[in-house]
Parts: sequence; C-alpha cells; structure tokens
Amino acid sequence: MTLSAKDVADIMRLLEQSSFDNLSLEMNGVKLNLQRGSAVPVQQPTVPSAAAEPQAQPAHPVQRKVKSPTEPGLAEVASPLLGIFYRAPKPGEPPFVEVGSKVTEDTVVGIIEVMKLMNSVCAGVKGEVVEILAENEALVEFDEILLRVRPEA
Amino acid sequence: MAIRRILIANRGEIAIRVIRTCKALGIETVLAASAADLESLPARLADRTVCIGPPRPADSYLKVDAIVQAALGVKADAIHPGYGFLSERTALARLCEEVGVIFIGPSSVQIEAVGDKLRARAEAELAGVPTAPGGAVDTVSEALAVGRKIGPPLLVKAVGGGGGRGMKRVDRLEDLPAAMDMAAAEAGAAFGDARVYLERFVTHGRHVEVQILGDGEGRVVHLGERDCSVQRRYQKLIEETPAPGLSVDFRARIHNAAVQFTERLSYRSAGTVEFLVDLERGVFYFLEMNARIQVEHPISEAVTGVDVVSEQIAIADGSGLRLRQEDVRARGCAVECRINAEDPARDFHPSPGTVRTAEWPSGDGVRVDTHIFSGARIPPFYDSLMAKIIVHAADRPAALKRMRHALAATRIEGVATNLAFHLDVMADPEFQAGGVDTSYLPRFLESRRLMQEARAHG
Repeated sequence: MTLSAKDVADIMRLLEQSSFDNLSLEMNGVKLNLQRGSAVPVQQPTVPSAAAEPQAQPAHPVQRKVKSPTEPGLAEVASPLLGIFYRAPKPGEPPFVEVGSKVTEDTVVGIIEVMKLMNSVCAGVKGEVVEILAENEALVEFDEILLRVRPEA
Repeated sequence: MAIRRILIANRGEIAIRVIRTCKALGIETVLAASAADLESLPARLADRTVCIGPPRPADSYLKVDAIVQAALGVKADAIHPGYGFLSERTALARLCEEVGVIFIGPSSVQIEAVGDKLRARAEAELAGVPTAPGGAVDTVSEALAVGRKIGPPLLVKAVGGGGGRGMKRVDRLEDLPAAMDMAAAEAGAAFGDARVYLERFVTHGRHVEVQILGDGEGRVVHLGERDCSVQRRYQKLIEETPAPGLSVDFRARIHNAAVQFTERLSYRSAGTVEFLVDLERGVFYFLEMNARIQVEHPISEAVTGVDVVSEQIAIADGSGLRLRQEDVRARGCAVECRINAEDPARDFHPSPGTVRTAEWPSGDGVRVDTHIFSGARIPPFYDSLMAKIIVHAADRPAALKRMRHALAATRIEGVATNLAFHLDVMADPEFQAGGVDTSYLPRFLESRRLMQEARAHG
C-alpha cells in the first residue's frame, strides 16, 4: 500500500487543523515530511532497513576524535557503513575527488569495502569539497565523517 | 600467547564480562558497537570501540560481514561473540575460519551439528544419551502414528527453533494435525525451515543443564549442573547450582551424559547441554545444546572457581584444556537472579528508558554482572537484561538469605524492573523448599496476581 494524492491532501488538512508545525510519517518505505507553510510535500522512497531508524536521541560518539571544521556551514559526508575506505577506483588511479573538487548529490567520492564487497559513497550534497578526513585504505566506522563540502546555495 | 587483541561482537553485561577477563590476561579489547551503544559502559571500558552500524540489531550486531571486517580492520586476532546475536550462527564461525580470525567458540561444523535440533537429537541417540520419546515427522499420518505411540500431552517442535521458540503443546491427538500444520507454517516463516518433530511433553519437568568445556580434540570436562526451572515462557529468571534434591548418582549420570554427547562431537570451547528431568518417571532427556557461553555461567564459576571466559580464550588460543575433571570441585551453592528492565505488573512488558539511579549490592559472596549505572540508557532495540546478581554461600539456605539481602540492597529508579518479583520468589515457601519444576513460576505469578488484586479491592 502506498499513499495516494488524496491521502496526502487529507493528512495536510489534519496538520493544518492541528497545533503542530511539522509532521513526519514513515510507512512501507515511503517517507512523508510535511511542514506548515512549505509548498508541495515530497514523497521520497527510503531504504526500508537502515534509513528507517528511529533516532530520537542521536548518539554522541565520545570516543571519536573528529577534526573540527575549518569554516562554519559545511556539510558532512558520513560513511554509510563500516569498512575500508578507498579514495580511488583502483590503486594508482587518481582519487575520485580532491580538495577543491566540485560535487553534486550523485558524485561518487569514495569506495567502502566490506569483505570484498565494494560500496560506492555519494556526496549527497552539491558544492565544493573543502576537507578530506578519511585516509585512503583505512578502516572507517559507520557514520564516521569522510569529508566536508561547502554547499552551493 | 597468540591472541593479543580480541574484538567483542556483543553488548551489555556480557561485553563487560569478556573485557574483565581480557584485562586480567593483558589482552586488548575492541568493542564492535552499534550507534546506540557508543556511550555504553562496555564502550568506555574497552580499549577501543568501533561503530559497526545503526542501532537495529539487523543493521549492526547481526551483520557478519561488518563484524569480520571490523576485526580485520582493527587487526584483532580473535572474535568473542558472547551469547545471542551471532554467537550460534554458522556463518560467522565459517567466515572467521576462511579469513583466519580465531572464533572464540566451537567450529562452524559443530555449531551446525547442534543448531539443527533434529540432528542434535540424532547425535544424542548415537552417543547413548537418552532423548524424550518422539522423533521426526514429515506427514500428518506419521505424526498421528508417533503421537499414538507416545500418548499425549505432546510437543510439536520446530527443527530450527530453540530456547522455547517454535513449540506447540498438544493435549488431544485430534488437535495434532492442526497444530502440526500451524507449527510447520510458523517455523517456515520464523526460521526458514518448516521441519517439525514430536516429543513427549513432560508435565512435571525440571530444566537441568550441564556446563562443559571441550578442547576440540575429544577431551571434555564438566563444571557441574545448573537448575534453571524458574522460567516464564521459556525465559529463565532464576538459576542455581547444584540442582536441589538430585541424588549423587542421578547427578553423576546427567554429567556423564553431557560429557558423552560433547566428546563424540569433539566439541571445542564452552557449551551447555540442556536436559529435561522427568520427576514422575525419575529419568532425564536430552533437550538441546547451546554452543556458546550462557547468561547463567557465573553460578558455575562461583562454585568451581573456574573462569569460563578465560578457559574459552585459552582453548581458542591452542592451549587446550588446562583442567582435568578431578581438578574441578564444586563448593557450596550459588544462585543467580536476572534483573530485567521489564514490568511484572504489565505482564513483564519491556521498560526501556534512562536509569536515574542504579545502586548495586556488594560484599562477601555477592557478584553483580551489569552494564547499568546511574544515568545509563536502556535502548529499546535489545533485550531487557540489566544485571545478574549472583550469590555464593556454603549451602542453599545461606545462599538464599544472601540473595534476599543483596536484592534488598539494590536500588533502581527511572525504569520498571522485576526486582520486587525476585524478592517475592525468594520469600516463597515452595521455592525455599527447593526443586520446583517449570510449572512453578506461572502458578506463582497467578497466585501473586490474585493476592495483589485482593489487596487492591480489600
């Protein structure tokens, strides 16, 4: 079952009449985020496993020493899983990105290997790479910051 | 010693239990933790913590690839799986064997042999260990034939089940076909294996298990038995050793059966062979084997003085069995109460949240295995075990008295717990008399409920 346009309209009406400013609803892999005053609601497919995490209280990894950002307002590209980080498609080839590279949401910025399985990591944001934190061929943890991007307005 | 660094693929009190022994042995520990556990006590105690994935177990603690990749990435020599999660998954043990990381536990072949309940039953028969009357049934007509031979009540069990999961009780033979269909369908959905088998249901049974250690070369020693009959829906709540009221001869026979069973498998590492003691018939039957360290191992440690985790590590490291059977002597009586974040008033519903206050007992003969401190968070993703309170004394009455004092000295605020329930059981004359069977706890809870209702109305 998925949400029909009428369902969304009904939910919007309910939000309008309520005392809340935003509503986020997740069902059967569909994520609906509504905000009072915003234009059109977006229905975006989500990965049913990892993305559907109830993260009411985000963990603060006390032990991770993370280099603080060189400037404010930078977007972080975090590792989606634990594995070995590779900056280039193959040894000896130029890295996917360098500091100064322009990226879009879909730009591959690295590969994470988990037991011989290669997973490419996308920037997820449009802008310019400002810092690269993860080292080539090093173990990166889940949610570890790989690089920082100055988002383009 | 070749093992210098161990990756702990678990959380909670058992992660701390493993860290404690590693520290004593001078072995470095790396905790593989989910994002929900990065500030947990084991994460603070381990030499290093790596985040393996999001909170949900399927995305972190159950990911074989992530665990083994983490072990390789931090250059750990070995993985300790604890209990639950991946501890009895053939896939983890096998991948470790393939990439050359030591799995602190049995071989993948041994896990497979005892994980399939029907195969374990066959292994028991081959080892000359008694099994409950019953057997494999593929069709309803076969089931009816076997059922008629044994006579009701019967248990329909899932081959892929275990620990009480995938079982159906049948009191009348005419209900057997429907129960079998349902059990097969449920087992197929839950365990990916629709095979079922039949066994006699023992009305007055006690759950008695034997702790063993095997060197993997055919030599096995046992650390005595544990009585875990105080269960609710097959979940153990109180365990004790020795099992009350069993004759010296009966105990020796049950110990030998466990040793025979595991010797035949050339079992490696720590394991537990579970038996059902049929009080009416004065016999015992093989139930299943748990190929891992168990929650209740500390009571065996208390009476024997053997550090089970230390022996696991030594065996995994190739040092073999450092104990001979004659070196193992059980002294006195030990009892364990599992303190869970669950509310007995609401049918033992889990009660996660933030623990405002946690004060644990201490003193002679008192041991507390816990990861809970004042301010600790109990995430909703995992089981509700908060602590194990273990007492040891010269005899059972002294141990129960010590347990009452220990429970009374425990203070937990912020989440609902079963602490008061444990105090009530300790004060119950039937439990104090010793030797209760598995039907005891449901009866006790029902009478406790009626009493509380009467009090509320009175």
